[in-house]
Amino acid sequence: MPDKKHDLIDQQLQDFNDDGVDRRGFLKCMAWAGTGLVWTMSGGIPVSRAFAKGYGKDAGKGGDFSFVQISDSHIGFNKPANPDVTATLQTAINKINAMSHKPDFIIHTGDLSQLSKPSEFDTLDQALKGASAKQIYFVPGEHDMLSDNGEQYLQRYGKGTKGSGWYSFDHKGVHFVGLVNVANLKAGGMGSLGHDQLEWFEADLKGRSASTPIVLFAHIPLWTIYPDWGWGTDDSEQALSYVKRFGSVTVLNGHIHQVMQKVEGKVSFHTAMSTAFPQPAPGKAPSAGPMKVPADQLQQVLGVTDVNYVVSGRSLAIVDSPLADSGSSASRESADVDSTLG
Amino acid sequence: MTRTKVWIASLATPVMIALLLAGSPSVRAADQPAAAKAEVKIDNFSFGPQTVTVPVGATVTWTNRDDIPHTVVSTDGVFKSKVRDTDETFSYTFTKAGTYPYFCSVHPKMTGKVVVQ
Repeated sequence: MPDKKHDLIDQQLQDFNDDGVDRRGFLKCMAWAGTGLVWTMSGGIPVSRAFAKGYGKDAGKGGDFSFVQISDSHIGFNKPANPDVTATLQTAINKINAMSHKPDFIIHTGDLSQLSKPSEFDTLDQALKGASAKQIYFVPGEHDMLSDNGEQYLQRYGKGTKGSGWYSFDHKGVHFVGLVNVANLKAGGMGSLGHDQLEWFEADLKGRSASTPIVLFAHIPLWTIYPDWGWGTDDSEQALSYVKRFGSVTVLNGHIHQVMQKVEGKVSFHTAMSTAFPQPAPGKAPSAGPMKVPADQLQQVLGVTDVNYVVSGRSLAIVDSPLADSGSSASRESADVDSTLG
Repeated sequence: MTRTKVWIASLATPVMIALLLAGSPSVRAADQPAAAKAEVKIDNFSFGPQTVTVPVGATVTWTNRDDIPHTVVSTDGVFKSKVRDTDETFSYTFTKAGTYPYFCSVHPKMTGKVVVQ
């Protein structure tokens, strides 16, 4: 447990809290232990807690549950940054299957494929069949809508969804909303939800109790991380205005192939690692292209995200774990957190 | 050894002249619009050059040199490439004068412009 780092993050969050936002219901906090990031969000007094291996073992009792987020599998990518993305996806699935608590379902936050090819989707499907959780929820990434305006994606993964693939569902008292911000992108812009989806989203939330925990998931971050690289969503502010009255909102995204997070009022934002290849930190490279790392370090920058919802504490805990454990990846992620909060 | 070097130097000069002659139709594009060509490279999520100026009738060819697929899509709906993976190209021949803004529909921060005179 790197106490110094923990203290630093705590201190930064403290500063963050001094912005006049009501602390009741404030989402909090994180602690570092080994390679796992725990992010506990509480409706009451904020509590930070350390990640222990057994964390989440009580999930499944009562209304508690956990689910896993994976992202950016890019099946079909075969360049030096990772010549075998199917193998690393398989490693991610093995990691999920080895979890001590069985997740209720998996969320894939897009870029299933590299080029929207049927063979790529086939390979993904085949690999995911081996996952212990049989229910998988998808949203598309821009790579999944390359050739046919996303028709094939919708046929395979978007049955029963609206528009370009958005939908919502409830699970054990938590309301989940899958949003699509990769369709009909405009020149010079970033991700976009569009008028129709925003209208649907507002109506979808109407009438729900403010105490309902909300989880939003979409491919491109719903908060602006780095506009120069298009790492944000042009109309996300409007979408987030609809969730302001809720006491607990968690936003899960992919696209940037690294862990980043931010807490703003009652909303916590989180991006997941890729299962395929890492991308550079914002502005730290000429472009957002695949980042090459030595082969023996690749699995330290790829990973899965485990989310635990515990009814008794009204909290969610988000744990990112790389495919291979290593102290160096923990420090890399910490740096990301520092720069996000700082 | 010295003789060999001289031989290479003397050969190089006519080869260079020949290359210059071969390249002349595109250099003097205004006089022979049918043969005019221009190249745009996609590198590091950007189009280079970002603005390319060509005569009417010129063919512009885009080449994707990134590890990530891109597209070349006219903002006004004039042309639209299929997705272009690494080293794949897209060409379009401009038959009317005007300014043609375009972007990558996958990464819309990537924008460029073709000016046809």
